[in-house]
Amino acid sequence: MRVLHHFHGGIHPPSHKTQSTLLGIAPAPLPSRLIVPFHQHAGEAAKPVVQVGEKVLKGQLIGLPDGFISSAVHAPTSGTITDIGMHPVAHPSGLPNLCATLVPDGRERWEQHDAEDYRTQSAGELQQQLRMKGIVGLGGAAFPSDIKLRIGRHKVDTLILNAAECEPYITCDDMLMRERASEIAKGAEMLRYMVDAREVLIGIEDNKPEAIAAMQQAVRENGMSFEVVAIPTIYPGGGAKQLIYTLTGLEVPSGTLPPDIGVQCFNVATTYSVYRALAHAEPLLSRIVTVTGNVRQARNYEALIGTPIDELIALSAPLPDSSGYIMGGPMMGLPLTEVRVPVVKATNCVIVASEKLFPAPPPVMPCIRCTRCVEVCPVELQPQDLYWFARSREFGKAQTYSLFDCIECGACSYVCPSHIPLVQYFRFAKSEIHAREKEKQAADKARERHEFHMYRIEREKREKAEKLAAKERAAQAAKSGKAEPQAKPEHVSSDIETRREHILEIAQSHVEHTKE
Amino acid sequence: MLSALLVMAAVAIVLGAVLGFAAIKFRTEGNPLVDKIDAILPQTQCGQCSYPGCKPYATAIAAGEADINRCPPGGEEGIQKLADLLGVDFKPFGDDTAGPKPKSVAFIDESTCIGCTLCIQACPVDAIAGAAKQMHTIIAAECTGCELCVAPCPVDCISMVVIEEDITNWKWKYPSYALTPTQ
Repeated sequence: MRVLHHFHGGIHPPSHKTQSTLLGIAPAPLPSRLIVPFHQHAGEAAKPVVQVGEKVLKGQLIGLPDGFISSAVHAPTSGTITDIGMHPVAHPSGLPNLCATLVPDGRERWEQHDAEDYRTQSAGELQQQLRMKGIVGLGGAAFPSDIKLRIGRHKVDTLILNAAECEPYITCDDMLMRERASEIAKGAEMLRYMVDAREVLIGIEDNKPEAIAAMQQAVRENGMSFEVVAIPTIYPGGGAKQLIYTLTGLEVPSGTLPPDIGVQCFNVATTYSVYRALAHAEPLLSRIVTVTGNVRQARNYEALIGTPIDELIALSAPLPDSSGYIMGGPMMGLPLTEVRVPVVKATNCVIVASEKLFPAPPPVMPCIRCTRCVEVCPVELQPQDLYWFARSREFGKAQTYSLFDCIECGACSYVCPSHIPLVQYFRFAKSEIHAREKEKQAADKARERHEFHMYRIEREKREKAEKLAAKERAAQAAKSGKAEPQAKPEHVSSDIETRREHILEIAQSHVEHTKE
Repeated sequence: MLSALLVMAAVAIVLGAVLGFAAIKFRTEGNPLVDKIDAILPQTQCGQCSYPGCKPYATAIAAGEADINRCPPGGEEGIQKLADLLGVDFKPFGDDTAGPKPKSVAFIDESTCIGCTLCIQACPVDAIAGAAKQMHTIIAAECTGCELCVAPCPVDCISMVVIEEDITNWKWKYPSYALTPTQ
């Protein structure tokens, strides 16, 4: 029996998970149109490689990875690209982003795709395949998986599958494990093969007994020696660093990544899509999305990437007193200002909100320094201090108090008796610091370019002066030495003319040569 | 008495030699304060401070010849940073200095450009590509938005375009919420 470790803090919000696990995963019907953003992952946006009006097949590449941290984007079904342009997407800013609009032809014609046995290929080749298949982390951050597999000189001892799914309402990973456990186990073996890990741990919160049983059975049937570990249900137990600590007792030091301590962590849904990509050569075209909250029939759907959220929600029949929509969970999710936005790779859940489920927050009161936020912070930060620094824009101090270790889990805001939106302050401070760093880099570059500009002008001046001096000297020599003072200066003054004549001469001789 | 004098003199000579050596060995080129001030300035090289670039303005501040509130692109935050560095009071922008403007980049209307190269000569960061009698264009990523190329253009084909907020440069806003009094 594995000894489990308990990370600092954490909270126990009501889970609300049962309502969406009563029915199995249903395939969402083909929507009227698909809106596929080119920037669905962390890093650089993919570059469009299709034209408006082009007919595409299911699985055809429409966005090429552009930059080191980037991932491919594919056509989720066969049909016609009717538009490539700015379209509203799910983003806290509410600003539009570049998307391709695809009208399905309803025939689901696949592009030719054949898989090779992954064991015959090197880890590097497999990483490149995952990049071109658009595999990114499906837990919410959408970080390209191939980058996480590029461990370089590090030795990864332990591979962890993150199936904690600690956030309330979300059940997409739970249902995936119940129904497709065998594929997940095979995907885990592929990941294990790529990083050459010694052991594989599958961490599942103990409020999902069916998923635990399904995974244990799949591991046994496939003859694997993976360990399925039931971990205590506590939020945010599914944070990568929190899960690693719970399972291994190892802390990932500030400013480093899990491979630095010999661990790597992947979400179960990502593992499933790795299996589909390597065993069946299928790009990431769909994902499981939980539709829950104030709806008649909460359920998990397998939805194509690009499905408009409004069409997806309609399948679950929202109740008339609905007041809004949240993409993701209630703790870290994003309230949607626009419901025509598409499902993207990071969309794990859509919650239909109502006044009853999510009452308006009580008015914000002043901080009383009760430090309840400190008690629940899973990263052992001092949120009350960070709050004062962010509020007074003392960003330097916020950074020395490890602002960038904050995982924005929202546990501090959840327990704050003054209802202060602490995480909003931390996000504000983080993005201000990032913007300042960018500005500083731009200023340094401008300084360098200006200094070179000044140096160039100086050099040109000097060269001109030297040339003039040389001419003068030549003229002087001609005056004192020879009898013909007239002819020379005229000749030298039209410096460009002589050069042109010289070039003409060379050209002429060249022409003569070729004639011979 | 004499030995005491000799000892003191010897010590003085030795220490003097050490100091003299250190002065040569650890000599700092230029004024380090100028570099510190220059690091705060935004490097637009726009000359709105009436000095021909950021470095000359930094030199003037260090020499006590210029006020700290003459750099519009740096904004009030820039003034605050200079005030903190120099240990002086914050000073708002004067009436003779234009206020900060939104960040923008130059844009050449390429159908009007006659290829005179005047803007290329004016650009302090070599951010304009082109040659005589050839169309010119701005390398937007390098443009500091100094506006120095706008005035020399004989056909007025250069305009300043404000950088719009998009998903890549969007920032989280300072949290704001209604302060509703409780009953």
